[in-house]
Amino acid sequence: MTTTTHSVAATIEATRRAGTGALVGYLPVGFPDLATSVDAAVALVESGVDVLELGLPYSDPVMDGLVIQKATQTALEAGFRIRDVFTAVEAIRSRVDAPVLVMTYWNPVMQYGADRFADALMNAGGAGLITPDITPDSAADWLATSERTGLDRVFLAAPSSTDARIVTTVAASRGFVYAVSTMGITGARHDVDAAARTLVSRLRAAESENVCVGIGISTADQVAEVLAYADGAIVGSALVTALAEHGVSGLARTAAALAQGRSR
Amino acid sequence: MTILGELPGPFFGEYGGRFMPESLITAIDELAAAYDLAKSDPAFHAELRELERTYSGRPSIITEVPRFAQHAGGARIILKREDLNHTGSHKINNVLGQALLTRRIGKTRVIAETGAGQHGVATATAAALFGFECTVYMGEVDTKRQALNVARMRLLGAEVVSVTTGSRTLKDAINEAYREWVTSVETTNYIFGTAAGPHPFPAMVRDFQKIIGEEARAQVMELTGRLPDAVVACVGGGSNAIGIFTAFLDDPGVKLFGYEAAGDGIDTDRHAAAIERGRPGILHGARSYLLQDEDGQTVESHSISAGLDYPGVGPEHAYLSDIGRATYLPTSDTEAMEALRLLSMTEGIIPAIESAHALSGALKLGRELGPDAVILVNLSGRGDKDVQTAGDWFGLFDEGAVQA
Repeated sequence: MTTTTHSVAATIEATRRAGTGALVGYLPVGFPDLATSVDAAVALVESGVDVLELGLPYSDPVMDGLVIQKATQTALEAGFRIRDVFTAVEAIRSRVDAPVLVMTYWNPVMQYGADRFADALMNAGGAGLITPDITPDSAADWLATSERTGLDRVFLAAPSSTDARIVTTVAASRGFVYAVSTMGITGARHDVDAAARTLVSRLRAAESENVCVGIGISTADQVAEVLAYADGAIVGSALVTALAEHGVSGLARTAAALAQGRSR
Repeated sequence: MTILGELPGPFFGEYGGRFMPESLITAIDELAAAYDLAKSDPAFHAELRELERTYSGRPSIITEVPRFAQHAGGARIILKREDLNHTGSHKINNVLGQALLTRRIGKTRVIAETGAGQHGVATATAAALFGFECTVYMGEVDTKRQALNVARMRLLGAEVVSVTTGSRTLKDAINEAYREWVTSVETTNYIFGTAAGPHPFPAMVRDFQKIIGEEARAQVMELTGRLPDAVVACVGGGSNAIGIFTAFLDDPGVKLFGYEAAGDGIDTDRHAAAIERGRPGILHGARSYLLQDEDGQTVESHSISAGLDYPGVGPEHAYLSDIGRATYLPTSDTEAMEALRLLSMTEGIIPAIESAHALSGALKLGRELGPDAVILVNLSGRGDKDVQTAGDWFGLFDEGAVQA
């Protein structure tokens, strides 16, 4: 297996050189069940997704809209456990060579133990964490653990972030900075906010190497629009909907269609 | 030495903090900064005092309840009558403060979460008074068991959103309010109802509620010539409890007791005793005791009282418990309902089910402390909203109604 350290940045760099930009695809682990969620993630990569973002189901997902809430609730009701994430990452990495980030609210990591969680993720071949409900100024444990392990740490930046906070977020992030496209939670939207473009240029001014834009992106046109100014486009709810309604093959079609947005 | 009554946050020992999505940080930090300015501005306090005097009805009185106290080992029991405030509970104290702050920061819309509906009603009331738009998030389970308060909020001009995700109670109402706040934060202030959540809420809500204890301390001294032996309150998130505790925190002779909802019993899986049965974790922006499973998934709480039906607790209570300054004990649905009926029948005061948990605690405590003890109880709300629940519990409605 190839080394996972900093593979996210390397992958994004490769897509930049190729002139396509990166497509980041989100799916929750354990939805609709563990085995299918692994197959679904593999299908994403085989359909053109460059970086995987695997969601860890959590009881109180305050940054997620209804589509993702319903999927993660289903996973929890089916008995999802934290250790299933490591099983899934390992299984996915044995089948495809895309970097895998885990998107998780902080309490499950804290309860598992940040060090123990990081070690297990490393052993499974994971690349790092996206942490939507903690910020660098409240993440001392995670900063220390990620320094020790070399795992990527993706923090979020929002249109409402102050200049000073943008600087801190860029400095603390590794892999990429997750630019929240709009003031809102996850879910498809007709228009990806103009605020996203402004936020990306502010992050660039703060010397962020890699900026990926997420929230509200659900079509190939939107992927193309975002990749005109950002390094990556993150799609979540649209993929979860495709998987819920049409299974893995339907998901693969949706992902392939979204991937068309990269080459424009 | 640290003055316990003035802990500024964001941390209370290892508890508290500000663990929030970046999208909300700017708004929360602005609120914290605005509150810091307001706190030291005499004009702000003057305005708040005037509203309390002419609108919410402060100072609230104290009432000694000797007939009730006969069932508590003969100890002297004194109630702080927050039930007599406008809107019927202590919640208005905090809401008026935060409404003034909302106007200061130039926002014109407020949102709130509510469990029993008391905080929602108070927020809808203040919104009407200040001319704010208002949306209140309430779990679907709670909209059913507190239907009267839903109608009250709508009558006051507020929109009530019934939350159908998760456990459909207070916890999920807060989640939904956060989700909405992310989208509307430019125009909207979140009036948080309890002394929990991210900084500045625990310290700010405490500061707006501490008038309860400040008044009561002086009133009890005047009535009895001394400080009480014990101060008792119910604890859900913990705003009425911290409100009455704070003035006594630096009186070492005064014991402080918080009663958590034990629901069907703390040895069942249906209770809301976060300090008794939880362990530290992060929920809704703060580190505190939390009912959670091994994986850190929040466990659903249960209580007959919608206002106490919350799996977490404010961080200052977690700290006061750890350092031994306050003692937190469980009291069950059955015990609380018995205390509710006892106060109603012995004193002609129908308490809120939340406050009945404190009364039930006082009954037990009085028997322990004996007839020389003076016990101050925060009667945080009135029971009008709970008549349906009490009627069902005791079988008071027509078919087979029980007459005293």
